[in-house]
Amino acid sequence: MSNEDVLNPKEMPHEPEKATLEGKNKFIGFWFFLGGETVLFACLFGTYLALNGSTMGENTPEHLFGLELVFIMTMLLLTSSLTSVYAMYHMKNNDFGKMQLWLGITVVLGLGFLGCEIYEFYHYIHEYEFTFRSSAFGSAFYTLVGFHGGHVLFGLSWITALMIRNARRGLNLYNAPKFYIASLYWHFIDVVWVFIFTVVYLMGKVG
Amino acid sequence: MSTAVAQNRGLGAVIWDYLTTVDHKKIAHLYLVSGGLFFLIGGLEAMIIRIQLMEPSNNFISAGLYNEMITMHGTTMIFLAAMPIIFALMNAVVPLQIGARDVAFPFLNSLGFWLFLFGGLILNISWFTGAPDAGWTNYAPLSTTSPGHGVDYYVMGLQISGAGTLIGGINFLVTIVNMRAPGMTYMRMPLFTWTVFVTSTLILFAFPALTVGLFLMMFDRMFGSAFFDVALGGNAMIWEHLFWIFGHPEVYILILPAFGAFSEIFSTFSKKRLFGYSAMVFATVLIGFLAFMVWAHHMFTVGLGPIANSIFAVATMAIAVPTGIKIFNWLFTMWGGNIRMNSAMLWSVAFIPTFTIGGMTGVMLAAAAADYQYHDTYFVVAHFHYVIVGGLVFGIFASLHYWWPKMFGQVLNEALGKWTFWLFFIGFHMTFFIQHFLGLIGMPRRYWTYQEGQGLEVGNMISTVGAFLMAIGTLVFIYNIVQTAVKGEKVSGDPWDGRTLEWTIPSPPPHYNFKQTPLVRGLDALWVEKSEGKKGMTPAEPLGDIHMPNNSILPFLMSLGLFIAGFGFIYQVDDKMWLILVFIGMGITLGSMLTRSVKDDLGHHIHKEDLEKGAGE
Repeated sequence: MSNEDVLNPKEMPHEPEKATLEGKNKFIGFWFFLGGETVLFACLFGTYLALNGSTMGENTPEHLFGLELVFIMTMLLLTSSLTSVYAMYHMKNNDFGKMQLWLGITVVLGLGFLGCEIYEFYHYIHEYEFTFRSSAFGSAFYTLVGFHGGHVLFGLSWITALMIRNARRGLNLYNAPKFYIASLYWHFIDVVWVFIFTVVYLMGKVG
Repeated sequence: MSTAVAQNRGLGAVIWDYLTTVDHKKIAHLYLVSGGLFFLIGGLEAMIIRIQLMEPSNNFISAGLYNEMITMHGTTMIFLAAMPIIFALMNAVVPLQIGARDVAFPFLNSLGFWLFLFGGLILNISWFTGAPDAGWTNYAPLSTTSPGHGVDYYVMGLQISGAGTLIGGINFLVTIVNMRAPGMTYMRMPLFTWTVFVTSTLILFAFPALTVGLFLMMFDRMFGSAFFDVALGGNAMIWEHLFWIFGHPEVYILILPAFGAFSEIFSTFSKKRLFGYSAMVFATVLIGFLAFMVWAHHMFTVGLGPIANSIFAVATMAIAVPTGIKIFNWLFTMWGGNIRMNSAMLWSVAFIPTFTIGGMTGVMLAAAAADYQYHDTYFVVAHFHYVIVGGLVFGIFASLHYWWPKMFGQVLNEALGKWTFWLFFIGFHMTFFIQHFLGLIGMPRRYWTYQEGQGLEVGNMISTVGAFLMAIGTLVFIYNIVQTAVKGEKVSGDPWDGRTLEWTIPSPPPHYNFKQTPLVRGLDALWVEKSEGKKGMTPAEPLGDIHMPNNSILPFLMSLGLFIAGFGFIYQVDDKMWLILVFIGMGITLGSMLTRSVKDDLGHHIHKEDLEKGAGE
């Protein structure tokens, strides 16, 4: 396939993200990468579970966490995953405008999540004097949740950069795989949050 | 580009070409040269260790420097010598063996190399500022309380080079899944490609554990967290677990490609197809799987309890089964074959008894109850040098002799090759065989010195003399490389009467490897054609335009940024002004990533007409 065909295809195939060899490589390579990311988060979860009782007698999980805020955050992130599915649906239908719209909504929801997380951390630090250095639990909590937050920030920057870069030229076989794997990344972040919600917050309140 | 043009280019152009290259063959050269240099540095460190231990109560180097020496020897040899030389072989051989024109992600291939190199540079710059001194395993709290910045260099250096390795692993997985030539089914892949496939899987699932361990270590040392600080409720065991969840698969990451290379060499030089090919594939995959089930056998003495110890002991012993399958298959491959005993074959044949001894002591160590006696003695040192040197380093020498013609178009000198082999082989067994007994009579590993009259003098002296023989053998090998290069005698594309696809193309291969993608009709694809009286492969496609990736300086810049930021992280503990370096470095890295994302890079085509005129050769 010549470069001209990739940038200006005569017609878009059903799965534009996997229509070129580069696209296929990115697709499977990114799945492998997510496998590695899974191990990364598994290690962080293991560390957290080993240390979540090491509170040094103050600021226990039960005492700190408020499920209201965490519920809102969960809803924001789960919804953003759904909106990114809509975006990919429109990508497959070659409707660039709607894809950009739904990606935009995804970014806004993600920003809302990130804002809540920043507020949460700020709240713990200033109201409870619960920091990264207070106890092994503090280190493990901020590291696990912070790594996830860092992934959210990276994902938002990535999707935004793609939207701006391609805003004027629309969809082609070169950028379709890029949009697609960015959305895969976004789903992965969402799945990790489901585990954080369960292991950190629910088990922290109930366990 | 024709050879004449290449010779007329200035030095600057050549350097720029290597800084920006995304060609797997050139990246293989880069990995080989830098891995080779680090191998020499690590070897020098080993010689200093052996000189210090040559006689009792020796004062050749101070105790503190000795700690730095053993730490850097282990770290350098594993991460900066063994891994990159394996990556050199993977890059040089795998795309050719599967009939591909390049790897799946040429840009990432280059990024992986530069990350490794800059990580290695950080680690070795520590020699000028105070090197890490907590052992290559860097256990907490020894590491978290180590004064100075040595351990910080360890953390940043391994983090950056580890990221490069992870990227390389993913790249080879995708390459092998997606880039195989028509007809090259999984069960027709050469065994070296198979072992690289399994090794890449292990890299993918093992390195993130090291990444996390290093992050926690970094946070504890540089940002005051308390993961390993018992006073604040931390737990030093977390480091040991994370380190060995990475560290045990790592030894299989190292050894499996060597197994693959030996399989190719035995088969080629016995003129027989590999005995029990499918059993070999099965054994490779099984070893890869079991690699993740045995990490706690490094921790038998920390008190995990009898049940955990028993489970890990049995799982460890189970690995001897697939390894035994391999040993017998290699023997049966040679049995009745038309054997040519050249240098590559000498290393391979010597590997079998050497590695078997290492495997046997491995099973001894796996017996948890007995391990309380062996733990942290020279018995362990002897064991892991038998498997790593006897397996991997022998494998590297064998592979270099075998694939040197493919990489550089010249055959290494056989006489010098045999000198290297005998010096190194005798020296190796002198150095390490005696260490089993030193360990059994109680000499602990990592000690700076020992006293007179405890029966340790003779053994240590023999060991040191052996180390000198290994060093001389290595120097002869370097002389061999130089002499071969100066002579410059070119060889054909198939000097060994080979069996696999890499021997169907010229040596060294043209830029695009295969003018036409070959059609694979069986295991040992070239041999299938040869046995039907054909000279080369049947093409799977008509001659057409070839799509190739563009060169790029961005991988170098991304890695340079992390290199700069690494120093910022290390020294911001002393003075927050150093954070400026973090911002500059991360700015360069993230800026380069953004550039990569927004700037289209569609590659270029080599046109059919130019191919017919010989472009790219």
